[in-house]
Amino acid sequence: MEPFGRLRSRTVVLPATDIDTDQIIPARYLTTTSRTGLGRHLFAGWRYTTDGAPQPGFALNRPEAAGCAILVAGRNFGCGSSREHAAWALYDYGIRVVISSEIADIFRSNALKNGLLPMVVDAGLHAWLLAHPGAELEVDLDACRLRLPDGRELPFTLESFARHCLLHGVDELGHLLAQTPAIEAFERQNGR
Amino acid sequence: MTPRTMFDRIWHAHEVVPETADTPAVLYVDLHLVHEVTSPQAFALLAARGLRVRRPDRTLATLDHSTPTATAELYGHVPMRDAAAASQIAALQRHAAATGIELLDIGDRRRGIVHVIGPELGATWPGSVVVCGDSHTSTHGAFGALAFGIGTTEVGHVLATQCLLQRKPRTLAVEVTGTLAPGVGAKDLVLAIIARLGVAGGTGHVLEYRGAAIRALSMDERMTVCNMSIEAGARAGLIAPDDTTIEYLRGRPRAPAAADWERAVAAWRALPTDSGAVFDHTETLDAGRIEPMITFGTNPAMGCAIGATIPARDDPSYRKALAYMGFAPGERLAGRRVDLVFIGSCTNSRLSDLRAAAAVLRGRRVAAGVRVLVVPGSEQVRTAAEAEGLAAAFVAAGAEWREAGCSMCLGMNGDIAAPGQYVVSTSNRNFEGRQGPGVRTLLASPATAAAAAATGCITDPREFAHRGD
Repeated sequence: MEPFGRLRSRTVVLPATDIDTDQIIPARYLTTTSRTGLGRHLFAGWRYTTDGAPQPGFALNRPEAAGCAILVAGRNFGCGSSREHAAWALYDYGIRVVISSEIADIFRSNALKNGLLPMVVDAGLHAWLLAHPGAELEVDLDACRLRLPDGRELPFTLESFARHCLLHGVDELGHLLAQTPAIEAFERQNGR
Repeated sequence: MTPRTMFDRIWHAHEVVPETADTPAVLYVDLHLVHEVTSPQAFALLAARGLRVRRPDRTLATLDHSTPTATAELYGHVPMRDAAAASQIAALQRHAAATGIELLDIGDRRRGIVHVIGPELGATWPGSVVVCGDSHTSTHGAFGALAFGIGTTEVGHVLATQCLLQRKPRTLAVEVTGTLAPGVGAKDLVLAIIARLGVAGGTGHVLEYRGAAIRALSMDERMTVCNMSIEAGARAGLIAPDDTTIEYLRGRPRAPAAADWERAVAAWRALPTDSGAVFDHTETLDAGRIEPMITFGTNPAMGCAIGATIPARDDPSYRKALAYMGFAPGERLAGRRVDLVFIGSCTNSRLSDLRAAAAVLRGRRVAAGVRVLVVPGSEQVRTAAEAEGLAAAFVAAGAEWREAGCSMCLGMNGDIAAPGQYVVSTSNRNFEGRQGPGVRTLLASPATAAAAAATGCITDPREFAHRGD
């Protein structure tokens, strides 16, 4: 996993609430056995017409969305299935931060394991971000602060271990493997 | 001693290392269920790191998601339509053989949807931790197990260490008082609960379903309720084990046997939440006020009583959902034409679900122009349904009787509907495009789905005199 340092980018906004993982990546693209190459199917149902052409008017298809690494979405982003393909597709497309006022549990967990920052902000800031697509933001994960175009710096919260892993690009598996003696002891003591 | 919730008890009994301010808990997993779609990248992770599967004996694999439900395709008489799906199935067969994980393969009489077979085999035990790379793992909570869906990276973690790093969630009690009215079932109950909580009402929480109406449910019905916990945003939903649970598990092939059985039952009886234990939140519903439910929008919380009119709401996402569905506020759902009926999925594909649907369809014909797909949850359900004449009743009515699998719940195996079609489905998600691009899904119970099949339009199942259980 790439370490997540500071990031500066304009936002692309999808204001719909409850964007589920079937929208992020439809199930027909889940027959892959790879983690990469899913970016072209990101939001496939909204992004393309039935004959596969770009859907005019969809936020990600507008010229100003090119290169945006921050996605601002309506409340409760990523609800639905546990498919990690949703996080893989966003990352493969180039998204590094997803901002919402609420992010679904399994998606949030999957995002953190793939260098994708799920950022939960308060309702006031969320409303401002939704109303200002294309805003240039700066994310400082070390300080857990988000800098707005007018220079204001606002805090966001992230669970401390997740922040540590993301910041240093370390994955959880190393930490878990280091617990092997405790796992062996647990199995012995509990008849597992 | 401080009174504890059942969730709290199970959590603490599985803490290998407790959580601290800086690190999540290391939580032990008793049973890891695996299927073909969310596992290949996890096996690749282990191979890349040179790791072995720590406990193949605590891992059970099946084929269900991208697996064909057409007999000729399933058994290789004709090639699978989707080459990628075929290679995904082959990958799990290869990984299971190489790692010593038991795979209930094509042709195995125990194969089926992962959340149907775990309980059916007696592998899901009260008080255990069960995980699977599938959000509907919450189903197993019906037994008083802490069961939740995980992503593929976490599937790799469990394969390698039998553990997960987890922060302790909060608790939400869903108290269902009273008695369900005749003709109202578990699916109606859970759709009503989700409509109340909303699709994010359970985020960050583990639910515990409680109260007289929950106690009165059979195990199949409890599984239907717990299955859809994730549709309210909750990763897990639990029901305390009782005589119903114990009688269900007794004698099943993977349930504890002999002296272990008595010991296990004693431990299970000590699991339920202590009186006086505190939940972070409580929601109360009166079961007696619930009617047969159906959804009209593009998330499972957008549901209402089948006789109601579609409510109006000043919200762009809500209007967008209704536009997708081709509905308008104030319209009545009952009487609207449907194109397809799907009876199946980990929510409603057990024998009692098929009995309820067959009770409506037996001796009747599927309405002209309607396609009906009935997909049993497992090979065992299929065999039992054929033995007691349910399959024959469906086929005589004009429905398609398929092999076990997830099928049109998520349309990964080619079982999809056409753009614009209306599908009354006993599955769990009505998201845009879930059953095929442009398809409009209406979630309902098996009885309601069967009533729609018989009449060709959305119909209150109570209009049919002879209902099943």
